[in-house]
Amino acid sequence: MTTTAKPLPADPLAGRAVDRLVRRPEVGALLGALLVFAFFSLATERFLSPAGVATWLDDASTLGIAAVAVALLMIGGEFDLSAGVMTASTALVTAVLATRLGWNTWLALLVSLVFALAVGALNGWLVVRTGLPSFIVTLGAFLALQGLNLGVTRLVTGTVQVSGMRSADGYASAGYFFASTIDVGGTAFRVSILWWLGVTALAAVVLLRTRFGNWVFAVGGNATAARAVGVPVRRTKILLFMTTAAAAWLVGSINILRFTSVQANQGIGLEFQFIIAAVIGGCLLTGGFGSAIGAAIGALIFGMARQGIVYANWNSDWFQLFLGAMLLAAVLVNNALRRRAERVRR
Amino acid sequence: MTPVPRSSTRAHCPPGRWWRGAALLTLLAACTGPTAEDPRPTGALAETGGPLRIAVITHGTAGDAFWNVVKNGATDAGEQLGAAVDYNSDGDPGKQATLVDNAVAQGVGGIVVSMANPDALRPAVEGAVRAGIPVVTINSGGARSAEFGAIAHVGQEEDLAGEEAGKRLKAEGKSKLLCVIHEAGNTGLNQRCDGARAGFGGETTTLQVDINNPTDAEARITGALRTDPSVDAVLALNSQVAATAVTAGRSAGSKAAVVTFDLNTDVTDAIKAGDVLFAVDQQQYEQGYLPVVLIKLYRDNANTVGGGKPVLTGPGIVDRSTVDRVAEYAERGTR
Repeated sequence: MTTTAKPLPADPLAGRAVDRLVRRPEVGALLGALLVFAFFSLATERFLSPAGVATWLDDASTLGIAAVAVALLMIGGEFDLSAGVMTASTALVTAVLATRLGWNTWLALLVSLVFALAVGALNGWLVVRTGLPSFIVTLGAFLALQGLNLGVTRLVTGTVQVSGMRSADGYASAGYFFASTIDVGGTAFRVSILWWLGVTALAAVVLLRTRFGNWVFAVGGNATAARAVGVPVRRTKILLFMTTAAAAWLVGSINILRFTSVQANQGIGLEFQFIIAAVIGGCLLTGGFGSAIGAAIGALIFGMARQGIVYANWNSDWFQLFLGAMLLAAVLVNNALRRRAERVRR
Repeated sequence: MTPVPRSSTRAHCPPGRWWRGAALLTLLAACTGPTAEDPRPTGALAETGGPLRIAVITHGTAGDAFWNVVKNGATDAGEQLGAAVDYNSDGDPGKQATLVDNAVAQGVGGIVVSMANPDALRPAVEGAVRAGIPVVTINSGGARSAEFGAIAHVGQEEDLAGEEAGKRLKAEGKSKLLCVIHEAGNTGLNQRCDGARAGFGGETTTLQVDINNPTDAEARITGALRTDPSVDAVLALNSQVAATAVTAGRSAGSKAAVVTFDLNTDVTDAIKAGDVLFAVDQQQYEQGYLPVVLIKLYRDNANTVGGGKPVLTGPGIVDRSTVDRVAEYAERGTR
C-alpha cells in the first residue's frame, strides 16, 4: 500500500481527473464489467430484457456477498479456502435443526450463524497463533467441513441431502427476508440482490471510513509496521475471518431458504470464485490493496459472463474456456490500470 | 496511538454517492416490496408456431460420459425434428435453477430438466410452467414431476432399478454386497443402493469414492475387498467405476462379481470377457431424445404421454446374451 499522508489538495496530481480515476482499485473491474455488459447486450437479444437482467443479477448476488467479505480478508493479507464449503455447512446446520429437531427457522439461523462465527474465529486464531499461512489453515478447515457435511448429513438423514425446509416453523417470515422476490415493473428480482448491495455498501463504508478499515489496510500492507504503530493485528485478522464466515452464512441462508434443500457436496469450488471475483475487483493477492466495491463488480462480471454465454447459445462444451478467457482479460485490464495507478501515485 | 495513514483512494470516495444509489434502489423496491416465496412469471412469453427452441438443462458435470449420451439423444432428436436444442448443465442445484430461469427469460419453446434435487428446482420449474413453457423432467425426480406442473417425466426409477439389480444378484446366489457410491451429494445413487439392499436381501454395505479421482476410487475399493474377503458382489453405479472395480477386485485377489449401472465400451468389453456379470442400463439416450419429441408433439398437437406417470427408460439388463448388439451402439455414443 502506498499512502498519501498529506492532505490531498497538496497532491500535485490530484487535479487531473484521469489520474484520479485510475488510482482507484475498482476502475479496472468497472471497465471490464462495461465491456462484458456491452458485449452480451449487443451479441444476444435477451441479455438486456428485464427477465435477463434479473437472472444475471441473481447469479452475481450470492457470489458477490461472499466475494466482498473475501476481499476485505485479502486486503488484510489472508485467504479463506473454507468459505465455499461454509455456505453448505451453514445451510446444513440450519436445515438439520429446523427439519429434524423442529426448531423455529430463525433460531436455527441464529445457531448456524454462531457456528459460522466460531469456525471463522478458529481459522483466524489458528492463523495468528501458529503463524502458518492461512492457505494451509483454511485448506484444513475446507476439508474438515467437507467431511463433516457429508458425514453428519448421512448420519442424521440417512441420505446426502436435507430437504423439507418449507414446512419448518418460521419459514415464511425468514423466507421473506432471505429468499423473496421483489417486483419491479413486472419482473421478479431476487431479494439477494439487495443483500448484495447492502453488504457491499457496508463493507465499503467500513473499509474507507472507519478506524477498523484503516487497520485492515495496515495489517495487509505491513503487519510489523502496523503492530509498531499500535494496530491490534491479531484481533483485526480474527475479525476478518469471522466476517468471511458470516458472509458465507448469509449466502448459505439465502440458498437454504430459497431452494429449501441442501446437498452435502454443495459449495465446493466456490471459494475460488470468491477469490477470483475479489482479484478482478482489484484486490492484490499479496494484500494491502483492494476494494469492496471492486469485488462486487468482479462478481457482477462473473454473473454476466456466466449467464451471457448461455444467452448467446454457445456450445456449453466451450463454456469454461470462454469464462476463463474473459476473466483473464478482465484481470489483465485491471493490472495494466493498477500499474498506471502506481506510477501516478509516485 | 498514531493514526495509520489511510489509503489515498479514500478521499475520493464520498460515501454519499453510495447511499444515494442504495436509497434509490430501496425506493424502487419499496414501490412493490418483496412478494411471497415464489417468483412471478418473468414476462417472457413462450414461442408459438415457427421454429422450436428447446433448452436441455441437466445436473451432469461437463465431460461426463453418461450425460454426453443424453446430450447426443437431445441433439439428434433436435436435428431430426427441426428443433434447435441448447444443452447446458451445472452440478450445483442452485446454479442449475438459475440456468432454468435463464431459459425462461430467453422465452424458449420448451425446457427439459433433470431433477436430481427436486426441492431446489421447484421454484424455477414452476416459474417456467407459469410462463407457459412446457417442461419435461428427466432422469430422476419422477415422483415430483407432475406436482410441479411438468407435462411428463422420462427416466428410470432409481429404487426400482436398484431392486432389480439386487434381485438378479440374489438369483446368482450372492450373499454379501458392496455398493459403491461415486458422487457424495447424489440422492439417485443412494436410492439405487437402498433399492439393491431391498432386492438383495443379504448383507449390503456402501462405500463412498470420488468419481473425479479414479486412483483413489480404485485404492478404496481394493481396500474394502481386502478388509472383507467374504464380499462376493460389487455394485458400481457408473460405468467408469465398474472398470475401476474390476481392476480393484483383481489386485485384492477377490472373487467378487462386479455388476454395474450404465454402459460404455469398457463395460461392454468387460461383459464379453466375463469380468462384469451384467449392467443395468437406463438407456439415457432416450432421456435426451424423447423429451424433444414430447415437447414437439405437445406444441404441434397438444399431446401428452405417460398420463401423469413417469415414462420409464429402464432398467434394461445387458448381460452376455445381449451385449454384442448393444456394444456397437455404446461405441457410437448412443447407449
